[in-house]
Amino acid sequence: MIEFQDPSILPEINTPMNKKSALELRKVNIFYSDNQAVKDVSFNIRRNRITAIIGPSGCGKSTLLRSLNRMNDFVEGARVEGELLFADENLYGKDVDPVEVRRRIGMVFQKPNPFPKSIYNNIAWGPLINGYSDSTDELVEKSLKQAALWDEVKDRLHDSALNLSGGQQQRLCIARALAMEPEVLLMDEPCSALDPISTAHIEDLMFELKERYTIVIVTHNMQQAARVSDYTAFMEMGDLIEFNVTKRIFTRPSVKRTEEYVTGRFG
Amino acid sequence: MSFSSESESISLARRHRKAKLFSMFCGMVTWSGVVLLAVLLYQVSIDGFRWLDWQFIDSFPSRFPERAGIKSALVGTIWLISLVALISIPVGVCTALYLEEFAGKGKISKIIEVNIANLAGVPSIVYGILGLAIFVRYMALERSLVSGALTMSLLILPVIIIASREAIKTVPMSIRYAAYSLGATKWQTAWAHVLPASFPGIMTGVILALSRAIGETAPLIMIGALTFVAFLPEGPMDSFTALPIQIYNWVSRPQQEFHELAAAGIIILLSVLLLMNATAIYIRNKTERRLK
Repeated sequence: MIEFQDPSILPEINTPMNKKSALELRKVNIFYSDNQAVKDVSFNIRRNRITAIIGPSGCGKSTLLRSLNRMNDFVEGARVEGELLFADENLYGKDVDPVEVRRRIGMVFQKPNPFPKSIYNNIAWGPLINGYSDSTDELVEKSLKQAALWDEVKDRLHDSALNLSGGQQQRLCIARALAMEPEVLLMDEPCSALDPISTAHIEDLMFELKERYTIVIVTHNMQQAARVSDYTAFMEMGDLIEFNVTKRIFTRPSVKRTEEYVTGRFG
Repeated sequence: MSFSSESESISLARRHRKAKLFSMFCGMVTWSGVVLLAVLLYQVSIDGFRWLDWQFIDSFPSRFPERAGIKSALVGTIWLISLVALISIPVGVCTALYLEEFAGKGKISKIIEVNIANLAGVPSIVYGILGLAIFVRYMALERSLVSGALTMSLLILPVIIIASREAIKTVPMSIRYAAYSLGATKWQTAWAHVLPASFPGIMTGVILALSRAIGETAPLIMIGALTFVAFLPEGPMDSFTALPIQIYNWVSRPQQEFHELAAAGIIILLSVLLLMNATAIYIRNKTERRLK
């Protein structure tokens, strides 16, 4: 059940691909074998904004996020129905190459997962395999600067990435994703394995990044959703309960379940 | 003040005693293996040491013990092991990579998996018979190094495949996902990340497998490696002998001197083995450090 109280702010559903939207979800259903993890979810993800997906564990928010760049393809028995429109094309269309989807829609994972290689190679590898032929030195520097990591690592680019701290590793993973110049950046609880200072670093970073990228973040941390996001989707048991501007969700939600959740009365 | 009541402390003492007893038992079992090996090495060294000189390494076999040497067998073994490595490593590692990364997890791969595990337990003589029938006779490769190497490769392939699969399995999924999320294909991910990350483990399996191959005798006898070779193989199609065959040949002679020559041959065989293992462990440690 979805209620929109403020249609002037929200992009409409069921209209042709809105110029302001980076991604449009229309009646998306996701199944794991016989279990339905996401039910009839529809909303639009706006360009150059941060959209947060919140909800209790097991509500399907990570599943939904992973469907946005077809990472669910690697889960056996996973099946996606409905339309996920990206640049006027259904991400799950017959002619769509998932490799191409993932190149254009980047992802940062819950636990920092740098390659066991040098800092430099962590960033340069993605562009290299995708046929990037300009100077990778510049690209590495640019990406690290965008991820606010350059000053900390510029003197040891050829050291192993595994020697970095957890927070630095996560920023490296963000830099690695940014080096592909994705149109959308998906973040799956990017701060859950980090300490508060590293978390603050990453949140600051997200503010800067949204000028150039569209960000979708899944988070367990409601304060984080309230702090960083422009739009918030609240999910429960695979249903989208409410989608609205973040301020609205956290101050005057229209559904009682949302209010109970964001005020910490359950979940 | 005590943390526990009396009855608890008694049972705790008993548990500690049990733990100590068990660790002592394990230690004993471990050392009994080491001691046995040491005795064996000692015996072999006593018997063979006086024959060990350059003349022994640089001479062909002979009817006269003082002129007999191990040159053709040593060179044959080096040829054989090099060929085996050349054949079995690419085939084994690619098979493991295919089974782990590309093949579905359906019934067929289960069947293949069980079969490979079974093949690892097949007696080596059976591989010898197979090699004789297929490589020597059917493919008419004769009693050549290639026949021997192919047979030996078949023998150790299951070991390499199983060890490589285990090594590939230990590569965390998160690394694969990271690569996929950058728009990498399965092949690019496997080649650039999975293989390098599992390299140390694969090397360990390969070392163990090649060590087994270097000491195997039965399949070589079966495919007809010669026992008296007074020339060096110059190419993979030449006939050959190998260290274990030469040792076997000497042991089966009645004269005491030849038994001692066999002991000297065993020392050479063990040295080659040790050298190979040391090199491989060195390579493994180096790559392991680079990854960390």
